[in-house]
Amino acid sequence: MKIAVCIKQVPDTETKVRIAADGRSLDETGVTFVVSPYDEIAVEEGLRIKEKRGGEVVAFSVGDERVSTSLRTVLALGADRAVHLKDPAFENSDALGLSRILAAALKPEAFDLILFGKQAVGTDRGQLGPRVAELLDLPHVGVVVRLALEGDRFTAHREVEGAQEVMEGGLPVVLTAQKGLNEPRYASLKGILAAKKKEIKVLTIAELGLNPSMVGSAGARTRWEKLELPPARTAGKILKGMDPGEAARELVRLLREEAKVI
Amino acid sequence: MAQDVLVFVESRGGQIKRPSLEALSEGRRVAAALGSHLVALLAGSGIEAKVTQLFPLGPDRILLADDDLLGLYQPEAYASLLAEAVRRIQSGTVLLSATSLGRDLGPRAAAKLDAGLAADCTHVEVTNGELVVKRPVYSGKALATVRFSGSPVFVTLRPNVFPLRSSEETSPEIERLELNFDPARARVRAVRVEESVGAEQDVSEASIVVSGGRAMKGPENFALIRDLAQALGGAMGASRAAVDAGWIDHQYQVGQTGKVVSPNLYIACGISGAIQHLAGMSSSKVIVAINKDPEAPVFKLADYGIVGDLYEILPKLTEEVRKLKGQS
Ligand SMILES: Cc1cc2nc3c(=O)[nH]c(=O)nc-3n(C[C@H](O)[C@H](O)[C@H](O)COP(=O)(O)OP(=O)(O)OC[C@H]3O[C@@H](n4cnc5c(N)ncnc54)[C@H](O)[C@@H]3O)c2cc1C
Ligand SMILES: Nc1ncnc2c1ncn2[C@@H]1O[C@H](COP(=O)(O)O)[C@@H](O)[C@H]1O
Repeated sequence: MKIAVCIKQVPDTETKVRIAADGRSLDETGVTFVVSPYDEIAVEEGLRIKEKRGGEVVAFSVGDERVSTSLRTVLALGADRAVHLKDPAFENSDALGLSRILAAALKPEAFDLILFGKQAVGTDRGQLGPRVAELLDLPHVGVVVRLALEGDRFTAHREVEGAQEVMEGGLPVVLTAQKGLNEPRYASLKGILAAKKKEIKVLTIAELGLNPSMVGSAGARTRWEKLELPPARTAGKILKGMDPGEAARELVRLLREEAKVI
Repeated sequence: MAQDVLVFVESRGGQIKRPSLEALSEGRRVAAALGSHLVALLAGSGIEAKVTQLFPLGPDRILLADDDLLGLYQPEAYASLLAEAVRRIQSGTVLLSATSLGRDLGPRAAAKLDAGLAADCTHVEVTNGELVVKRPVYSGKALATVRFSGSPVFVTLRPNVFPLRSSEETSPEIERLELNFDPARARVRAVRVEESVGAEQDVSEASIVVSGGRAMKGPENFALIRDLAQALGGAMGASRAAVDAGWIDHQYQVGQTGKVVSPNLYIACGISGAIQHLAGMSSSKVIVAINKDPEAPVFKLADYGIVGDLYEILPKLTEEVRKLKGQS
């Protein structure tokens, strides 16, 4: 089995958001960067499949130098090698640009399984899995909470409102991972040491054969014009020190007469 | 005349999904602002009779794709249908609701057309003839304003955020759209849908949500949450602490790694208000917190709150609601 996992480095979910001076991006001072939580689930799934069936797990990430630490993390978890897609021309790529970069990098390797997170936390887009599948002319199943492989066939349960859709198909396929699929492992000391010797190959725009007008700001079809903090909520009415029955009655009255929601 | 606005209308089990009606309603407003026509694409199986439900929302034209193959979601078939519709009417703006189907279909169809997409938007404006949208990012801790270039542009709209406005009832032109997709080419197939056990309302679709956290102490106490939710006609939710403890299934989890909800009323019971929980519910219209700790962060976000023991308060609250609704 040749398995690819696409990972994104994102601000830790505890990050306190401050807006940068340009008014349209996150102020990154003091921010800790981690592998996006859903991508960890994708990595875990890849590793489990490899452990059962053999083969290799290759991690891909688009980003600047800082991203290599996240690729190293994934190698420490057990991925065999990593590909870092790094070029100044890639900066400010939107989902369309990123999908072109990843598709160009994935295509020549003919993977049986390509795993994504259901969305990258932070930008919360959830676009790249289906987009890359389309560019590679592969089928995809999004938001997978259960996966069973048998030979070159798979059954995947996908989470939808109030139900799961059970999807069947054959490899190769693109899947996006949702929480519930597995519990990601932690890196072992042995894994961390082994990761130091593993390969992170850097590929640039020229090596991918992409035209600069297709990626980065030049190729972007969406751009963030402004980033702002959400409007502050006005202080609420908090009922304190009341008898439970009285408080319940008052709350129901407020919800009925003032907020008009019940 | 500007390029048409196309709204994808989703159905499940022969029923039109309400969030799609919200998208159509917003589409009416956007089309008016752009000075363009509004076209609805209604897709599904056995859906033809439902088409009249769209009339009050004012589409100028309806494309009807009624095909057995569209009965269950198939990403490739659906994407090929939507891309075909966009090309056919040369749409410049494509709206979908950000349901699980919309969030999956949108990017795949956009990729077919080299189009940009802004996901899960909560505001849509037209300024100087251009579409500008806002979407929550960093788990709702910030709001990004997104502009587009190129055409068409795709936007998915967060369910429960956009109001249903009825417009002047039109008599739209209805046209059949054949699905140009060879089923033999489908490389994945939805074989069945497994309804969740209990098959209650899904948190992400409910207009009232009552959630319980670590303070519930065990699965049996979720009956208190369920009772209040039922009295209010709402759905039940939970924090991750309760889900991880195994007291309630993950499908109920609200938050960063659970579901994002924006109901009219969200009641958080025994939930502290960690940032990752707030990520899933901070866009709710009215937030109520019930917590015994007056310093709990959730009170900072709450419109209303009760400081006290939920085991004493919830039964009373359920009783009051039942009284109000004449259920007792
Ligand atoms: C990457 C990541 C993703 C995460 N994703 C999510 C997510 O999707 N959703 C989510 O919810 N969390 C998520 N979390 C976890 C989150 O950080 C918190 O740990 C979690 O939300 C806490 O749940 P809680 O509020 O129920 O529990 P606690 O924080 O333990 O709060 C319990 C509250 O109950 C109150 N209480 C106790 N007894 C009573 C009583 N008898 N009556 C009234 N009040 C009482 C206490 O005062 C306290 O405020 C995530 C964390 C990480 C790191
Ligand atoms: N810069 C990136 N490099 C590699 N993979 C990425 C990158 N950005 C996003 N992904 C992958 O695409 C998924 C969805 O991301 P998004 O569409 O940005 O929400 C993520 O969970 C990752 O698996």
